[in-house]
Amino acid sequence: MGVHNQRKVYGETLVELGRQNKNIVVLEADLGKSTMSCLFQNEFPERYFEMSIAEANMVSFAAGLSLTGKIAFVNSFAVFASGRPFDQIRQGVCIGKLNVKIIGSSAGFSDFGDGATHQSVEDIAIMRAIPNMTVIAPCDGIETRKAVKAITEYNGPVYMRLSRNDIDDIYPEDQEFVIGKPLVMRDGTDIAVFATGTMVGPALKAAAELEKEGISARVVNVSTLKPFDDNAIINLAKGMKGVVTAEEHSYIGGLASAVSYALRNTPVPLEAVAIDDRFGQSAESHQELLDYYGLNSEGIVQKARQVLGTA
Amino acid sequence: MDCTVEELKKKAKAIRFNIVRMVGPGKAGHFGGSCSLAEIVAVLYFRKMRHRPENPKWEDRDRLILSKGHGALVQYAALAMCGYFPMEELWRLKKLGSMLQGHPDMMKTPGIEANTGSLGQGLSISCGIAAGAKLDGKDYKVYCIVGDGEIAEGQIWEAAMAASFYKLDNLVGILDCNKIQATGPIVERFDTNPLKEKWMAFGWHVIEIDGHDIEQVITALDQADKVTGKPTMIIAHTVKGKGIPFAENNAAFHNGIMTEEQYETALKGFMD
Repeated sequence: MGVHNQRKVYGETLVELGRQNKNIVVLEADLGKSTMSCLFQNEFPERYFEMSIAEANMVSFAAGLSLTGKIAFVNSFAVFASGRPFDQIRQGVCIGKLNVKIIGSSAGFSDFGDGATHQSVEDIAIMRAIPNMTVIAPCDGIETRKAVKAITEYNGPVYMRLSRNDIDDIYPEDQEFVIGKPLVMRDGTDIAVFATGTMVGPALKAAAELEKEGISARVVNVSTLKPFDDNAIINLAKGMKGVVTAEEHSYIGGLASAVSYALRNTPVPLEAVAIDDRFGQSAESHQELLDYYGLNSEGIVQKARQVLGTA
Repeated sequence: MDCTVEELKKKAKAIRFNIVRMVGPGKAGHFGGSCSLAEIVAVLYFRKMRHRPENPKWEDRDRLILSKGHGALVQYAALAMCGYFPMEELWRLKKLGSMLQGHPDMMKTPGIEANTGSLGQGLSISCGIAAGAKLDGKDYKVYCIVGDGEIAEGQIWEAAMAASFYKLDNLVGILDCNKIQATGPIVERFDTNPLKEKWMAFGWHVIEIDGHDIEQVITALDQADKVTGKPTMIIAHTVKGKGIPFAENNAAFHNGIMTEEQYETALKGFMD
């Protein structure tokens, strides 16, 4: 099993796509060496716009570029990409369904050292709330590569969140990525674990643990958080004794909210592994924060037991 | 279209007449910041801009972005008069399901280039279009109308830096200086002066004119064509509510409601 870094894969994929598609343009807010948009800059300087430390202008400028037929990739940290230019994304990009891709890098707690100001606990929620917006959180580098290609082909606004740190490969190489389609990563019969982004890996580990206890867990990778396939979620939860959601994001407005809403007319009990309604903080590693906030396989196992009444 | 100065004066008057008629009595409308722009918009649509009302998406057209989107009435009147849509649409302004929204909507109205209304964003969008034109090797112009109250938005100055940094000489800004924002005189809120010095300091070529003088508007727009290596800002001094006597310089008619009597007075004013 390999290991990849989502932002590096993202940057490399953009370069690859940029060679085939002259309409791809990239905008950056002085974080190119972190978001890895710098790879595109190296190869296509004329199609790379350094927009300096001015995110609002960057997003509206990208909207303008898209009005001339360009596919505009806007880069910053997730917390800034979704938060600072919220109004620009809402008004200038989404009402007009423009072809602008907002790439939220260093999402969740993955920028562990920089603390609450640089960690995004609510980016999925605020992006999901905007009509016409598509929201995607790939689970690893392999899915990132496929997702970047898919959103390039899709004509419309997209928000994609990426983690800063290395992630074990888990997405099947030969699996086609389809926007909006949840993917069963491992089948099971007792409970369904719906996970997104960086929590899909821990969900698979949790399923292996649960198996030792005689609990059969289905793990579903819900990388598209919007449009949300309610029917697919209902079908995947059907016959299960419980459902657990897992995300590196607040329980408000993210996967837990979306799954709860999808299952609102079903009797299946549900628990969520998510960030409580609070901000992050600095730590010495990403894992240290994930453990502190209960965002790990142990957390998922615990919630699974809880939802099954075996805790 | 290549209207003469005399014809453009008539167009500006007709634009104002249509603004009054499309809002009508008893309903709120952004008269002030629409009427201050009648001459400028008339010159753009009926003389200066290359555009094809029968083909609003013609790729070589000049673009007009109304960053101060609340001035939509003036653009709606001009677009209808150009033939982008039937005049009848004007009388359905802001009605449920109408193509003419309270603020410009490119998804609904032929001839509208971008969604504006949340202030401060249209200049950045215009910069993006101008940059896209340069990438494509196209020579069309991007005109962007900004309000003098609107420039309190910080994003305007982000865009001002971006435009000069990227040498967007295909971008022409027009600053509608009607001196009054929604709740009163601009200088009593944030004083945005000195305007000329500010735009020059941000790397723009600046031209200052009387925005109701058709000849000055034409001359300034023609002069902007000759500027290279930097964007141009035309500071146009205007009167808020110009042409509607009770609305002139009156903040209450930034977004005001005419009584029946005022409506009749306004219409009569266009009969001379």
